Amino acid sequence: MQHSEAADIFNKDVERTTWHDETLWWVRQKRDKVAFQIPEWESLRETASQIKNNVLSNLHDYLVSFEEQAIRNGVKVHWAADAEEHNQIVLSILRENNINSLSKSKSMLTEECHMNEFLSHNGIDVIDTDLGERIVQLRQEPPSHIVMPAIHLKKEDVSDTFHEHLNTEKGNNDPQYLTEVARHHLREKFLERKLALTGVNFAVAETGEFVVCTNEGNADMGAHLADVHIACMGFEKIIPKREHLGVFLRLLARSATGQPITTYSSHFRKPREGQQMHIVIVDNGRSTQLGRKDFRNSLKCIRCAACMNTCPVYRRSGGHSYHNAVAGPIGSILAPNLDMTKFADLPFASTLCGSCSNVCPVKIDIHDQLYKWRQVLVQSGHAPTVKKLGMKAMNFTFSHPAAYQLGGSVGRKIMKALPFLVNNGMNPWFKNREMPEPPSESFRDWYKKNRKK
Amino acid sequence: MSSRESILSKIKASQPEQRALPGLTGLNLQVDLVFQKYREVLTSIGGTVVEVGSFDEIKTFIMSEYNTSLRLITTLPELADIAETGWLEADPHSLSDVELTIIRGVFGVAENGAVWLTEKEMGQRVAPFICQNLAIVIQKENIVADLHLAYERIGNEENNFSTFLAGPSKTADIEQSLVLGAHGSRSLVVFVL
Ligand code: SF4
Repeated sequence: MQHSEAADIFNKDVERTTWHDETLWWVRQKRDKVAFQIPEWESLRETASQIKNNVLSNLHDYLVSFEEQAIRNGVKVHWAADAEEHNQIVLSILRENNINSLSKSKSMLTEECHMNEFLSHNGIDVIDTDLGERIVQLRQEPPSHIVMPAIHLKKEDVSDTFHEHLNTEKGNNDPQYLTEVARHHLREKFLERKLALTGVNFAVAETGEFVVCTNEGNADMGAHLADVHIACMGFEKIIPKREHLGVFLRLLARSATGQPITTYSSHFRKPREGQQMHIVIVDNGRSTQLGRKDFRNSLKCIRCAACMNTCPVYRRSGGHSYHNAVAGPIGSILAPNLDMTKFADLPFASTLCGSCSNVCPVKIDIHDQLYKWRQVLVQSGHAPTVKKLGMKAMNFTFSHPAAYQLGGSVGRKIMKALPFLVNNGMNPWFKNREMPEPPSESFRDWYKKNRKK
Repeated sequence: MSSRESILSKIKASQPEQRALPGLTGLNLQVDLVFQKYREVLTSIGGTVVEVGSFDEIKTFIMSEYNTSLRLITTLPELADIAETGWLEADPHSLSDVELTIIRGVFGVAENGAVWLTEKEMGQRVAPFICQNLAIVIQKENIVADLHLAYERIGNEENNFSTFLAGPSKTADIEQSLVLGAHGSRSLVVFVL
């Protein structure tokens, strides 16, 4: 289903859509509040952006150095060209150790690779331990947001799910109570699982260490109790030096949720005595994106989700509408790289208002890239039909000035006399929006009359 | 060709032209009263700062505020009379019933309320995470203003495992309601000596 259709369905529940919209906007405001407390915020963003530019231009050497250091630290390093290989590597580590269940802390990469489905088809039990991820896992849904996986759900939904699966009191919607039950349920799992899988927020080329950030402590509970720790990372997670963590850790949580830092920012360098530690470095289309001049900046992303929280389209259409592991503005740039046909709709799911680019802590030109994807998709024949007609007409109009002037004055008349011609199903902008009042005269007419006298 | 070689060669062919690394000057946060700021920020994220003059005061606080009939563990010899010290080599799973872990922190960070801990201070990696409650002792002079100074201080130290720990474990995954005590400790007290 395309984004616009899924968004239609999401919008049927007006109250819930408004609530979703307001909740995310509230998170965006929390971000603003803490960012404004840091006078050097803009310099931090600029520095982070420059560090990431340097990373992109030195990825080869940084990865080689990271691997060398990690091996020296006693970590086993694996390379996966695609999702399939990533999943096979994880499975083979499980098999070698005769383990058939694992605890997982949040890793969007494993969502991207559809690892849970793959492992469960192979008889492996995966339990998600981030509370939000556990909630959606019990409901057999994917996360709808990369930082707040269950942001689309209300506490009544969670209560029903927990009542069904974890035997909580029916109708008890108290978040404190529900979290407490989940704490007990997952503590048992941490204590029994022999293998823990975590994501990676930053991997330091200089030292071979990697940093995992959580608020709940689930990555640490899993990793420090398990015999085997697997950390999975897209290759763009690399940063040059340890001192650069100072820049990124100052930006990440503030941009994500408005916290000064996540509760835990754990630096893993060597396995614990007697423990095995593996790192899986994944490409899965990233090297292709790196080669796309216009889109390679998307690899600077640190997955803070600020662009989603601020996006008027995300807030009013929900993460699932994007039918991709990473939703929102950044997901809409990453997804077409993997499959232009399947994800052709996503770059169009934006107003190009630029709010995403304004909040992005690593200064990715998100809305410009969305605009450029539209052009690529139209030119290569991938654009969704309705948009294609609109874009073609626009293209014709913009390259024929006379038609533009005529079209404008005709348009203004049509909108006044027959607004339904514009406010119809063929104009995707009308959905849930009243078209603005047409100006009584165009700028051009006004200028001619008033300034050229 | 192995995946390693093919990925690396694709990256080499695709990576953009050289861009220089920026310097890290001019990024520091001006903090006038470092301890006050630390206390303010840690309090705002759910932690508690307790100023103490001696280990005896720490003991008095612990005896009055925690359920001492349950299991207390510590790495600090000064607290050996009120908490266990013989758990360093134990199976980490055996710490699942710990009510309170008391350890030393290397230094605090005023801008975000975090304490820097290495495996050495933790005693065992899982110790500050698995306990129901956590208490950390730091020296008042060991609080830096921001994270840049923190990493300057850490320098090239080779720690096998280390963490910035800021406040109690928390989640807001149910309708954005903040709940303390997700998987890690439900509370954090930082004793400032
Ligand atoms: S694109 Fe920027 S704002 Fe969006 S998730 Fe990535 S880093 Fe955050």
